[in-house]
Amino acid sequence: MRKNLNVIAAYSIMMVLIFLVGIFQSWNIALSIFNMCLISAVMTMGANIQWGYAGLINFGIMGYTALGGLAAVLISVNPIQEAWQAGGFNILTSLCLIILMVLVIKFILKKFHKSKLRTYGIASIIVTGIIIIRITAEPGIEAIEAVNPAKTGFLGGFGLPIIFSWIVGAFFAGGLAFIVGKVALGLRADYLAIATLLISEIVISIIKHEDWLTRGVKNVIGLKRPAPYEVDLQTTDWFISLVEKFNSGKLALISNMADRQATLNQLVIEGSSVFVKLCYSGLFLGVVIVLLILTQKALYSPWGRMMRAIRDNEEAANAMGKNVVKQHLLIFILGSAIVGIAGAMLVTQDGLFTPGSYRPMRYTFLIWVMVIVGGSGNNFGAILGGFVVWFLWIEAAPIGLYLVNLTTAGLDDSHFLKVHLIESVPYFRFLMMGLGLLLIMRYRPKGILPEKIEIK
Amino acid sequence: MDLLNAIILLLNYIFIPALTYGSQLALGAIFVTLIYGILRFANFATGDMMSFGTMITILFTWYFQSIGISLGVLPTALLAIPFAILFMIFYMLCIDKFVFRYYRANKSPPVQLAMVSIGVMFVTQAIVRIIIGPSDRRFFDGEKFIIKAGEFKEMTGLNEGLAIKSTQVLTIFVTILLVSILFWFLNKTKTGKSMKAYSDNEDLALLSGIDPKKIVMITWIIAGILATIGGALYGLDKSFKPFTYFNNMLPIFAAAIVGGIGNPFGAFLGGYVIAFSEIFLTYAYKKFFMYILPKSMEPESLVQLLSTDYKFAVSFSILVIVLLYRPSGIFKGKVL
Repeated sequence: MRKNLNVIAAYSIMMVLIFLVGIFQSWNIALSIFNMCLISAVMTMGANIQWGYAGLINFGIMGYTALGGLAAVLISVNPIQEAWQAGGFNILTSLCLIILMVLVIKFILKKFHKSKLRTYGIASIIVTGIIIIRITAEPGIEAIEAVNPAKTGFLGGFGLPIIFSWIVGAFFAGGLAFIVGKVALGLRADYLAIATLLISEIVISIIKHEDWLTRGVKNVIGLKRPAPYEVDLQTTDWFISLVEKFNSGKLALISNMADRQATLNQLVIEGSSVFVKLCYSGLFLGVVIVLLILTQKALYSPWGRMMRAIRDNEEAANAMGKNVVKQHLLIFILGSAIVGIAGAMLVTQDGLFTPGSYRPMRYTFLIWVMVIVGGSGNNFGAILGGFVVWFLWIEAAPIGLYLVNLTTAGLDDSHFLKVHLIESVPYFRFLMMGLGLLLIMRYRPKGILPEKIEIK
Repeated sequence: MDLLNAIILLLNYIFIPALTYGSQLALGAIFVTLIYGILRFANFATGDMMSFGTMITILFTWYFQSIGISLGVLPTALLAIPFAILFMIFYMLCIDKFVFRYYRANKSPPVQLAMVSIGVMFVTQAIVRIIIGPSDRRFFDGEKFIIKAGEFKEMTGLNEGLAIKSTQVLTIFVTILLVSILFWFLNKTKTGKSMKAYSDNEDLALLSGIDPKKIVMITWIIAGILATIGGALYGLDKSFKPFTYFNNMLPIFAAAIVGGIGNPFGAFLGGYVIAFSEIFLTYAYKKFFMYILPKSMEPESLVQLLSTDYKFAVSFSILVIVLLYRPSGIFKGKVL
């Protein structure tokens, strides 16, 4: 108990802060912050597995998040039959061609020895392959995008419950991580950082511009939900009676029947959105707890010890007969898969998929700030980092506004400096994140909750 | 005649824009490479440092415009750049003193310094956005075109026009001037040579009496000059928007690595490699083929290898290919 005191204290402070938001701002805001904190926590757990356990830098978090989101779309949206009829055949043929190309290249790599001829041969296969695939896919893509472009214009998905996409998203992200890892993991740390950052940008530009698959910047809206809809809740009897029960004291004070009904309606509307958010919180909390148990088990298993050995001294681990390359690839895939789950959760919560909103600042660098601030190598630290940083990210604007008002209290309300500062309040969050990161790196380089390895 | 038209077409739409864009990237890439070669970390704040320099240039430009100073046909920003450079150098030295020096003294691993540079990136971005706001700013004044497309057509009687913007000529001219001075400095002067020695082998350089503090200071000064001029030229040619500058960091990194990180000449060429391949691969060649092929063979499609949406993706794919086959870059890296 004593040992974990700082963990308990840190988490209680965080919970109290969220409760304070609930009391002073509204429970809706508090719960949406809490949900986003949970999603961020999943992302930081993924990044922490890679960075904290194995010392691999992955600046491609944005790409895996987006792939998770794509999985949510592809799983939950109903298939669009017309689009499939219009261009499905071409797309499927191209898919077969891609698989064929990969198989041929693999075959060549296996059968022939490394030579200039082989390299050029593979390059020419790739180039001709891309041209053939483009020629086959082009008419199909055009036909698909022409099907009711204002509403669909893409292939749609499989029409399954969106919850499945959390698993599929993990597989998508893991698959991408496999390819990226094969290509880039041999690089030195800072090269790896840049390479993964750029690869994630490539992924985003594909998601943004392949309209037949993702609708691109036209966005996909109105995705299915694992939670009930507010509108339905507001007409359900058990929910109304539940709200009545919760607020019976408040309602009893109102004697006028009509007033009472109006208040109740208002409460039901508020309560329904809180209830939906609570449903999401429950689901997300479940994911976080399961992942936390698994990652903690892994950390203290022989495998976790091996990962730390590889992180701390690669050569020694190699000499002890551990396959460093294989383990690096494995952990790269596992971490990215967890990020993929978070990506799918994010889209599930929002109910919409907006490829244009994936930006490295928000989805890569912010997550890294969370990991560093929370404490890399410590799962509780990483989760706490997700909570603290997201809380500050959201609450930075009100805090900034307060500070601006405090410092410019002597100035007239229409003074240009004050007006300018108030307009730029949203950007104070960048300042806070940057200063926070710099201070933590300088004075507490291991994060708020540092890595602590106990040997039992 | 048709051949001439085709050549003018390529000049107008590919060659001149790529040369300009390449020059802007090259300046940034040399900045990245210098920091990497001497201070030994990947500077993720590159784009935002450039936007900081540009912001100061813009503020000075506005000031000069408000008191009625202008350079006639040339943009006022040219007059503002020297003042902005002074400010920028001061900012760079401050960052170094308060942030990077501690980690250098502790001999922290490069990865940690790269993380710290992310913190600097956040702070710089916040400062820029708080001072000048996130919106698009144009600060170009003076004569816009050297040759207008219409005038060119009249002059030569060709179908295709050639438009040369003054900012394009300015960019190329300033880049060549700056890069020649820089290479002269690095290769011929004693300070430049000691920088090379420091980059090559820190311990040996220290043994032969080179002052590391001086080397680091000069590196930041050169970096400040490159960041301000590179950023200001980009802003003059296109427009200034903090978000675009942040995004430009990515092709700049690609250019630096393709050229062999730590090698300024490689970075210089890397900028052009990235710019030319981006524009070559995403240009629609339909009109070009219409000029050079007989009428019966005219292409029906746009003859575009990749859609322009994938402009960034092209440079990143080149980077990935280079990293796979020549991890040290096209021109061997790490020899300043």
